[in-house]
Amino acid sequence: MSKVTALKQTPLFNLYNNYGAKVIDFGGWALPVQFSGIVAEHETVRMHAGLFDVSHMGEILIEGKDAEDFINHLITNDISKVDINQAQYTAMCYPDGGTVDDLIVYKLDQQKFLLVINAANIEKDFNWIKLHKKGYLSIKNISNDVAQLAIQGPKAVTILQKLTDIRVSDIERFHFIQNVNLDGITDVLVSRTGYTGEDGFELYLGVNQAMALWEKLLKIGKKEGLQPCGLGARDTLRLEACLALYGQDLAASITPLEAGIGFTVKTKKSSPFIGEKLLLKQREEGPEKKLVGLEMLDKGVPRHDYPVFNTTEEVIGYITSGTYSPSLKKSIGLALVTTKYAETGTKLKVKIRNKLVDAVTVKKPFYKK
Amino acid sequence: MANNNEKRYTTEHEWVLQLDGNTARIGITDFAQEQLGDIVYIESPEIDSQVAAGETMGTIESVKAASDIYSPLTGKVIRINEQLEAEPEVINADPYEAGWLIEIELSKPDELTKLLNEDEYFQFIKEGA
Repeated sequence: MSKVTALKQTPLFNLYNNYGAKVIDFGGWALPVQFSGIVAEHETVRMHAGLFDVSHMGEILIEGKDAEDFINHLITNDISKVDINQAQYTAMCYPDGGTVDDLIVYKLDQQKFLLVINAANIEKDFNWIKLHKKGYLSIKNISNDVAQLAIQGPKAVTILQKLTDIRVSDIERFHFIQNVNLDGITDVLVSRTGYTGEDGFELYLGVNQAMALWEKLLKIGKKEGLQPCGLGARDTLRLEACLALYGQDLAASITPLEAGIGFTVKTKKSSPFIGEKLLLKQREEGPEKKLVGLEMLDKGVPRHDYPVFNTTEEVIGYITSGTYSPSLKKSIGLALVTTKYAETGTKLKVKIRNKLVDAVTVKKPFYKK
Repeated sequence: MANNNEKRYTTEHEWVLQLDGNTARIGITDFAQEQLGDIVYIESPEIDSQVAAGETMGTIESVKAASDIYSPLTGKVIRINEQLEAEPEVINADPYEAGWLIEIELSKPDELTKLLNEDEYFQFIKEGA
């Protein structure tokens, strides 16, 4: 326990114990891997609703007259196409096309944007953004001031609606409402986004109100089956939905086109962005490697970094993410492989410990609502 | 050494129950299954294969990760729990009874005396394993 308390804590840390959390070191953060159990939590989110503490995620605020142009220079997607109160999933790349991070940009106002970034990348991203600063704007890392809860699952709308007069079902996917009052908890940004493949919301609020919101949601969501969920279920859910995880499916050595998030790369923007040249070339020529979905045909669970072979037993790639899928009841994985093996239905092998286990490439995502 | 019905334990969280003078049943402890979480697959050693004390004899896959299982004793595998093939989650539900892993014929029965007894094992867990 002494080891765990030396880690970074979210504003909800002191509550975990009351809900039976098993806390682990997750990239320097003390976070709950599970409460009741990964499979049970996974099923709860698919059938009812789950509540996640994702306060470890980072937030960077960029504000000023030139904010939009600056962000458009940093990211691969086109933020100029986005309205106020709309969010956009995007990548941020190095000049060689490798990925600095994947993130969501929230357009709060004409000249004010919130960038939600991966916890492990906060410092790296903040430095990267500052390094490229140009124009009239300010860049603030507000990660320590912002808590984030995610309520995900088919019952999320019903549960959240009990706390507010605004019609939460009217919020479109990847849109949000600012300054919402959730039964006395003020100034919440309510966003129709998530990382589970389910309908739901991400709620951004001040750290000092996070505990109250967590407890309030679990209490009023009890009838609908709302349960606290940990990072274990978050990982199995996002993998079934084929949502990329930075550090595994996306990395400095993997471009967005290779990782299958080419839809975030807009090479016809009004001005160039970092990495554009390489990504344009890669789009024209086709990437040499691609992220594919694999289903195991025999027993064994593919895990990050396991090598992938073709049927003549040459190495053609590696597993980026893998797990046992609670929804499909079989083992699945994402693998970065040489493009000629990426076609659906290709027979491949994964080296699990010392055995080559049969697998086949399948259509992504593994699970769709 | 006299037979008894008490289990013995390793610091790797396996348990051993001596069945008769020369055979023993092996499983993982409740603490171990709790740490592993939802178990989805067991890779057991083959019947008639040799296992050695302290060496890997198989793997347990949970949703989270793959973990080695170490043999607490040296001997020959004479039986494996076939129920686990189809229902590995039995280990989570009942690690000391229905969720046993294998039975072995001991080639060095004296090794049993080197394992922890129940009090020692629980003390070991309490101290932060």
